[in-house]
Amino acid sequence: MQQKSVSPVDNSTSTAPPKLILYSFWQSSCSWRVRFALNLKGLPYEYRAVNLSNGEQFSPEFEKINPLHYVPALADADLVVSDSLAILLYLEEKYPHKALMPVDRRLRVLNLQAANIVSSSIQPLHMVSVLRNIEEKFGSEERSSWAQSKIETGFFALEKLLNSLAGKYATGDEIYLADVFLAPQIAVAIKRFNIDMSKFPTLSRIFNSYKALPEFLDSLPERQPDAVN
Amino acid sequence: MTIAYKRNFPTLTINNVSTYYLLAAEAMSIHPFPLCFIMATGGHGAREEAEPKKLKLYSYWLSSCSCRVRIGLDLKGLEYEYVAVNFPEGEQQTPEFLKLNPMGYVPVLVDGDIVLADSFAILLYLDEKFPQHPLLPKDSVRRAINFQAANVISSSIQPRQLMLQHMREKLGPQEAIACAQDDLRTGFAALEKLLKDYAGRYATGNEVFLVDLFLAPQIHAAITRFKVEMDEFPLLSRLFEAYMELPAFQDNMPGKQPDTPAEHRV
Repeated sequence: MQQKSVSPVDNSTSTAPPKLILYSFWQSSCSWRVRFALNLKGLPYEYRAVNLSNGEQFSPEFEKINPLHYVPALADADLVVSDSLAILLYLEEKYPHKALMPVDRRLRVLNLQAANIVSSSIQPLHMVSVLRNIEEKFGSEERSSWAQSKIETGFFALEKLLNSLAGKYATGDEIYLADVFLAPQIAVAIKRFNIDMSKFPTLSRIFNSYKALPEFLDSLPERQPDAVN
Repeated sequence: MTIAYKRNFPTLTINNVSTYYLLAAEAMSIHPFPLCFIMATGGHGAREEAEPKKLKLYSYWLSSCSCRVRIGLDLKGLEYEYVAVNFPEGEQQTPEFLKLNPMGYVPVLVDGDIVLADSFAILLYLDEKFPQHPLLPKDSVRRAINFQAANVISSSIQPRQLMLQHMREKLGPQEAIACAQDDLRTGFAALEKLLKDYAGRYATGNEVFLVDLFLAPQIHAAITRFKVEMDEFPLLSRLFEAYMELPAFQDNMPGKQPDTPAEHRV
């Protein structure tokens, strides 16, 4: 696996920074969530690339890390946590500095709900393996319309959920868990699936806010050690 | 919509007994020690009586996601109004329901003026607000495993069923079931590996935690709806038997809900 140390944009952590290792693939939007969050929390980490294009996720070495063969996975000393939501909740509890969950209970639940809309109701339905399956069974046109329909359904729901509370970011003027999930999802929707974002004014506006953040830019797929042109 | 009330009497288990007597002692301004004798003899009404009846759960009998939350509410001894959403009649797509959850999914929890959808989010909310019968272990390793395994089910296994309707329309019911079985087997094989070093009587030890609330409905659906053979999953099979011995699990399975059709009622 390709390895590199990554220091996030803001290095203001206390003594003895954690020795975190992130197993990631540059194009994986789930890995992207964790990269973005680690940057926002100012947590340095070692980047270990897992090449999903050549099946490295099925290697015996990675099987021990995550038997589900997905990235991201985070190693923190002896503990390995896989699954982006699990990793982010773990990071929130273990490293509460620069919290990604608001204190206000109403905002907390909204953030969890928005994160789960992305995590359970949008992204899993346009994963590469799922789309390949759809294409094999129904053809490439069906593949495109399936992906577009699932993303747009989710985005319409997010617009309704967030429009009364969104500010600079999804749930106000501070960046939180929902943003960590939304930023990669919107980016992928635009770049990979040509979603027309003019239908989603709230999501478009907050995406512009993400694009102004060095922590987000630093987490972009094309800036990762394993990015290929 | 069918409406019913569910009154859950909290089960005294290792998870909750210390919480109960400490809370009751605090309420009565006495030392907790004498109370433990009262609690041990079954006087577990203090916390439950204090809870106002304001929780409402929008649910569908067959929904495994709703089942997770029904179990959680039961374990915590929380009374709630059960509002059935009739999926075959498309009630989940009515403007009224879409105002509650723009995704058109159950479950949805209403707690006063908080409206919350998504089972994972609902259960974490309930666990924060109602600490009796905690749904997460104190140990950070087991907490992480609970989040991970619950989300494996929530994001990698159950959502595949959203493709089922599509498959059924295009390829026919048998092909659709075969696809669902493959997806379930792949997910279950991974859960067997993930949980084998942590499981005790239940998935992450000898107490019921979050992941058990996700596993039970998923395994139940796999067996009853998709006819998955569970012999190749010895750990999940054993866990399922343990769940079915608990009233909080049994009573909240699809066959026993207010909106369960007569032909499916257990």
